[in-house]
Amino acid sequence: MDAAPAVLEARNLRVGFRIPGGTMRAVDGVSFALRQGETLGLVGESGSGKTMTSLALLRLLESPPAELAAEAILFEGRDLLRLSEGAMADLRGARLSMIFQEPMTSLNPLMAIGRQIDEPLVTHLGLSARAARARTLDLLARVGIARPEQAVRAYPHQLSGGMRQRVMIAIALACRPAVLIADEPTTALDVTVQAQILALLRTLQEEMGTAILLITHDLAVIAETAHRVAVMYAGRIVETGPVAALFARPLHPYTEGLLRSIPRISRVREATLPEIPGVVPAPGQLPAGCAFAARCGFADDACHATRPVLTPSGEGREVACWKPRHG
Amino acid sequence: MVEPLLRVEGLRTHFPVLSKLLRRRVGTVRAVDGVDLAVAPGEVLGIVGESGSGKTTVGKSILRLIEPTAGRVVFEGTDITHLARREMLGLRRRMQIVFQDPMSSLNPRMTIGRILAAPFEIHDVAKGADLREKVADLLRLVGLPAEAAQRFPHEFSGGQRQRVGIARALALRPRLIIGDEPVSALDVSIQAQILNLLKRLQGELGLTYILISHNLGVVSHICDQVAVMYLGRVVESGPREAIFFDPKHPYTEALLAAVPLPEPGRRAAHAPLAGDVPSPAHPPSGCAFHPRCPRAMARCSVEAPVATALPGGHVVACHLVGGA
Repeated sequence: MDAAPAVLEARNLRVGFRIPGGTMRAVDGVSFALRQGETLGLVGESGSGKTMTSLALLRLLESPPAELAAEAILFEGRDLLRLSEGAMADLRGARLSMIFQEPMTSLNPLMAIGRQIDEPLVTHLGLSARAARARTLDLLARVGIARPEQAVRAYPHQLSGGMRQRVMIAIALACRPAVLIADEPTTALDVTVQAQILALLRTLQEEMGTAILLITHDLAVIAETAHRVAVMYAGRIVETGPVAALFARPLHPYTEGLLRSIPRISRVREATLPEIPGVVPAPGQLPAGCAFAARCGFADDACHATRPVLTPSGEGREVACWKPRHG
Repeated sequence: MVEPLLRVEGLRTHFPVLSKLLRRRVGTVRAVDGVDLAVAPGEVLGIVGESGSGKTTVGKSILRLIEPTAGRVVFEGTDITHLARREMLGLRRRMQIVFQDPMSSLNPRMTIGRILAAPFEIHDVAKGADLREKVADLLRLVGLPAEAAQRFPHEFSGGQRQRVGIARALALRPRLIIGDEPVSALDVSIQAQILNLLKRLQGELGLTYILISHNLGVVSHICDQVAVMYLGRVVESGPREAIFFDPKHPYTEALLAAVPLPEPGRRAAHAPLAGDVPSPAHPPSGCAFHPRCPRAMARCSVEAPVATALPGGHVVACHLVGGA
């Protein structure tokens, strides 16, 4: 896995929004590399900038009001920032694909789902209508939809939430993308259906070698699905590394706090859950030092004065903290 | 066993399905279809289930925010199922509800102070300086600053708004609080704050809770008793330990197996439960779980299982357990 080359690389990605009296930074210098065939989890709470990051990568942010800047966003060796709108549209849904939380808003309610899957096959791959339909039936079977011949005639509202997400996955993977960006793909689903969809993504990834950028607020989903993880806080990555090591020995106090605050099913019940005091600072009101310092039990004057940057700490891990845990 | 604070017997809440054209009744959604529950004073009962299980309808039917179709709700020894509106209003001082999204249950044009004063005014229990003091007490109780009284809901974060929702529910010192997914919309770090608050208040004020949630981690953390619902019925109930560590119903087992764990490499080896939750408008015959059940037998599609009591207050509705 370590040797696999990066298929998608963000270098110093920034997203700001013009507001009266200045710029609100939603994403503030995010860098990461997604390697061929791996799943990289991007985890964070609301306001962390994880969804803004995904929309920026796909160039789906409307500008203005959004301002997107980066040293580079490299996809298969090309800088996405330098592509024309048309070239970008050719990539999206073909080599670079995405699925979102609520498939109902991404599917066309007036079009039978068969045609919605045929479409990218015809436009991106240039297949004939007949060849596209054959591929569509195959795709539906592969995403676990029983009786594809009937399913192609169904409209989105006739399907359950889990089935709609399967259809979205079929559309997203129709052109065998190099990268799939999945933004909270199972958040709207029941837990038994979530387990089905996560298992499906793992299987399809093994078959197709697609790299997945998995964006979620749920650390448990990351633990079960991702190879590596990047933890975001207030628009920045504060810690990154292989999933097993990061969950076993979190370095950043925020990561540690998040992991400890999850209520777990265990025989012994703790009287109180470890909580992270306070709230995430508003994007317009970031302090000069570490953005987490005000909520951190280990912060000292240095933490409040100077912002730590991501620094390698061995085993492919990096942390942005003056006082890392387990250090 | 102590006399329960609340007892629910054979609760059914059905909704008519009306035709589009003439609004004629063409079917029935059996959202809640024969539910028995009991909560002892000072205990926390968790009701878990996926969408369509009827868990929210149970909560609202207990408070008669939705009128039940059949069955009895007995609170503090009184059958409240047929109480008149006026009597019900008095009773609502004793049983309160906290919703998932405080933003949609707090009036955006009212200050927090006025929102928290409203219960005292409606029930005519305080005014003037006394009222202001009671509002200040409530804010203190839920860990909000006194200045909060002058501010509006939109000025607060989700966690702080849920504190306001809890404060309002506590205003008239109820005995029972029903929480309908009270922490589901919150980030995990804030969720822990609110769960700790609920637990502290329970101890300080001697409260009894019914916690409705799809999150099994949350339920296992805070609940003493658990009822697992599937398509309008309780399929298994009992003490927390029995449900989480000795489940007998295949649905409970599957639900527990599907919960993702924040521990890499711990993923359960068995295949996830297939299929979707069926529509409560067209529930399967026999045991409603049989089309998805990995251990279904011939009789499961024909005959609905009855609840079987196991030792220790553990109750299971499954032919595998029912025997005979």
